[in-house]
Amino acid sequence: MTISIDRQKDNHQRLQPNGWLRYFSFSLDHKVIGIQYMVCGFLFYLIGGTLASAIRIELASPMSDFLPRDVYNQFLTLHGTIMIFLWIVPVVNGAFGNYLIPFYVGARDMAFPRLNAVAFWLIPPSGLMLIASYFVEGAAQSGWTAYPPLSITTPQSGQIIWIISVLLLGGSSIFGGINFIATIIKLRRPGLKLMQLPMYCWAMLGTSLLVVLSTPVLAGTLILLSFDIVAHTGFFNPVLGGNVVVYQHLFWFYSHPAVYIMVLPAFGLVSEILPVHSRKPLFGYTTMVYSIMGIVVLGLVVWAHHMFTSGTPPWMRLFFTIATSFIAVPTGIKFFNWVATLWGGKISINSAMLFSCGFIINFVFGGITGVALAQVPFDIHVHDTYFVVAHFHYIVYGGTVFIIFSSIYHWFPKVTGKMLGEKLGIIHFAITFIGFNLCFAPQHWLGLNGMPRRVAEYDPQFQFVNQISSIGALLMAISTIPFLVNIFLSVRNGKDSGDNPWNALTPEWLTSSPPPVENWEGDAPLVVEPYGYGDSFSQKNKKI
Amino acid sequence: MLNKNIYLILIISCVFGISFWIGFNVNLLPAEASINAPIYDELFKILFVIGLIIFIGMTLAVIYSLFKFKRRKDEIGDGIALEGNLSLEIIWTLIPSIIVLIIGIYSYNIYDRMGGMKELNHSHEMMSSNNEKIWAGISQSSNNDIANNNLSVEVSAMQFAFLFNYPKGEFISGELHVPVNNKVSMRMESKDVIHAFWVPEFRIKQDIIPGQPTILNFTPTKIGKYPIICAELCGPYHGGMRASIIVEDESDYKDWFNKNKKTEVDL
Amino acid sequence: MTTLDSSKEIQKSTPEVSKNHEDFRMFGLVTFLIADGMTFAGFFAAYLTYKAVNPLPEGAIYELELPIPTLNTILLLVSSATFHKAGKALLKDKNSDSQKWLILTAFLGIIFLICQLFEYFHLPFGLTDNLFASTFYALTGFHGLHVTLGTLMILIISWQTRLNTGRITSKNMFPLEAVELYWHFVDGIWVILFIILYLL
Ligand code: HEM
Ligand SMILES: [Cu+2]
Ligand SMILES: [Cu+2]
Repeated sequence: MTISIDRQKDNHQRLQPNGWLRYFSFSLDHKVIGIQYMVCGFLFYLIGGTLASAIRIELASPMSDFLPRDVYNQFLTLHGTIMIFLWIVPVVNGAFGNYLIPFYVGARDMAFPRLNAVAFWLIPPSGLMLIASYFVEGAAQSGWTAYPPLSITTPQSGQIIWIISVLLLGGSSIFGGINFIATIIKLRRPGLKLMQLPMYCWAMLGTSLLVVLSTPVLAGTLILLSFDIVAHTGFFNPVLGGNVVVYQHLFWFYSHPAVYIMVLPAFGLVSEILPVHSRKPLFGYTTMVYSIMGIVVLGLVVWAHHMFTSGTPPWMRLFFTIATSFIAVPTGIKFFNWVATLWGGKISINSAMLFSCGFIINFVFGGITGVALAQVPFDIHVHDTYFVVAHFHYIVYGGTVFIIFSSIYHWFPKVTGKMLGEKLGIIHFAITFIGFNLCFAPQHWLGLNGMPRRVAEYDPQFQFVNQISSIGALLMAISTIPFLVNIFLSVRNGKDSGDNPWNALTPEWLTSSPPPVENWEGDAPLVVEPYGYGDSFSQKNKKI
Repeated sequence: MLNKNIYLILIISCVFGISFWIGFNVNLLPAEASINAPIYDELFKILFVIGLIIFIGMTLAVIYSLFKFKRRKDEIGDGIALEGNLSLEIIWTLIPSIIVLIIGIYSYNIYDRMGGMKELNHSHEMMSSNNEKIWAGISQSSNNDIANNNLSVEVSAMQFAFLFNYPKGEFISGELHVPVNNKVSMRMESKDVIHAFWVPEFRIKQDIIPGQPTILNFTPTKIGKYPIICAELCGPYHGGMRASIIVEDESDYKDWFNKNKKTEVDL
Repeated sequence: MTTLDSSKEIQKSTPEVSKNHEDFRMFGLVTFLIADGMTFAGFFAAYLTYKAVNPLPEGAIYELELPIPTLNTILLLVSSATFHKAGKALLKDKNSDSQKWLILTAFLGIIFLICQLFEYFHLPFGLTDNLFASTFYALTGFHGLHVTLGTLMILIISWQTRLNTGRITSKNMFPLEAVELYWHFVDGIWVILFIILYLL
């Protein structure tokens, strides 16, 4: 049985308003949806960033003086939830995935365009609802982890709205995941083999597997939690005979894979960017693929490393220590491969390249603290302290957010046909890199020396270091200004980029920039060597 | 060629040297005040050194490539068409695996020395009084662990305070007083939400989970006053949920105990 | 000559790309069912953990009567078979036969739900009585929700298999096949649930 792509074509023409209006419509075009994800995610990033600034202002002094205490906890919860579920996950998966995957597999759209649009349109309402809960009776205030019994005993309306919106966002994420898997496996252009796909496809395949396998567990858990809150059942309420630790297991069964949902796509994106700007093939394609799959498998069996102090039995602690440590191996392989990709290249030092290299350096640091945290005896001391805060910001901000910016510099010409300014880009990178390290490096010391996380007040001896950290945060806030100015200037009157400013070989560049509605005027090209850079390659290609 | 190798070896030994120097000379940790602390710090130093070597090495490699392989102006063409190198890739799979394995075994050893693998000591009166299930925090055995002379304290955590009950003297205190070099055995219970008992100078932390009475042992080794910090988000005043632990010598402790006790007992 | 030009040449010279793909909707559905299955897996894991580590208060009832759930198991298994028959009939273009089988399947589903409700009303415990009761209702309720949805969908497709004007024909089997797969999935979950909840 076959269905025709022509049917999709009709849909497009029927359903698409023209011009900018289409970005506010239920468009089925994967490129429009990708941009919708990106812009929407970025707006939420600005909101989340504002909350972070408020948090850092509060922490500039040891007393709780800037925000009321419960508001502080609400900001903390909103910040975490927004950054994870409304910025990182939708952008590295939804935005780049939707824009790039159909190009990479040689398709004209995603496998299920309608499902795709539904997945996107779940996001703005749930995000707005989440933020609106602050203005009703106060937002949730039990952190993004929503550990019971605290989440059961804090004011209920905020917590319930939090649960509903995370459920909707999880649903959106699952729909997206199904779509990506189907697109990559089933929608490949005839003649294109799996092992010829650009690395980002593999990353998205792995990520989507994690999404499909783990997000439903979070959904189930949150449903049980909402029963505890609304119907007074006792799943996680010890007063009614429930078990708090079961929640933690179920939660982390999702939320550890979730950290890979946030970072695997970034691994994929950087694998696209580095070869283009260093004019070299991606080093070790096959090992990269295996290490992604290795991370997927291992990522599912390490969750209890978040619970080393929760009274888990010794055998469990040992198992999860070993399993977690071993994740460093496939992760390490990828980093060595990237450095080897740079090695011997002809590297253009531009904003995209700088952000990617910043990513490598930051992520290596975060990975090292990660392996340390995986050791039970080490973790016992620093769990739930600023050391952990520093660790995951090195990973999530220093890693993923750096790659998001790198990707924006790389693919902006593709999407708009205009170049972004290099000068402003490099200024943006410099301020971000310095600000980021200034903000988060000192936090390792804070955690080791006795500052717990999620506090509005702290021991005055930590004030100086906290102020350094706050200055770093200020720099990070400032760093968005050159970025926004850059975007604004380029959109207004940027230099025309031509179709393929980087002379890249991956399929999305082998069409006009911006691409036509159905991606290619004629047939999709068959790209069997997406990384066929290198001088001797031209020789090889000529011989065929 | 020979020249190149010499440079490489020189750089690698520099990286190692610097890492070892920093690892053993830069102290990022607070004072060591329990028998757990030196064991912890030993692990920390090793991990710190290994981490530094990898981090400095990788950073140098990235920065070096950026300078060395930078595209010069009006240079065209591509880099070398190197798609991979199996033996290299095997090397950088195997070496990290071995390092990780060694770290794992070593940290198991540390864990064991901290008492993580020890079965709970059920002979203690306080714990065996009823058949209730008890959880165990990581807790160390000690050489000067005088049998049956353990000091036992009942800790209850609530929003937003710790209370310390001394069952032998039948009194409750807001400060934890303990004699130095004695093993202290605490039974911790939460009245409402999850809290955590953390003393940075002792390098111990244990969540106090409602419905799960938990035993935590430690042996302080240094006289002084240290903070007890709640490390698990427990509500608006979580940041203010702190108490103090006062480690004092035996006689000071006895004085304090006798001053507070409600029943006539001899220590 | 840059790499780009040369690679463009070979890439352009490939044979005409077919515009048609095989039907991947079934593939999407299977992926979705795996996800759905993981939700149940989470519930089962929670239930089994509770059973292992959380003792129930004294006097709590956790032995369940078996007749109704056994009947329910049989109902669902039979309904899987009748659904299968419906598919077979449609394949042979016997639309009205297919419709009959579908309605029979839906009927079995409805009886299942009635039995389930009957059991609910006659159980000696309520939702919030104890941990076992809560997990029992959560699991069976979540499954019952799936059965309800399935029954509704079966009714819809049975309407759509009507002769001449119906949308589902032997040439457009997908909706029927999709609901059939979903229904088998719901059955499978019930069997696991029956074993774990009632028999263990
Ligand atoms: C080399 C790989 C990694 C290892 C071995 C590792 C290990 C750990 C461990 C053991 C913890 C628990 C610390 C504690 O709470 O006491 C942790 C926390 C965390 N990690 Fe990682 N990690 C790694 C990579 C990542 C990645 C890739 C991400 C995200 C993209 C990430 C994000 C987080 C987050 C968000 C937390 C804190 C969760 C919370 O308590 O709110 N980590 N990591
Ligand atoms: Cu984790
Ligand atoms: Cu607290």
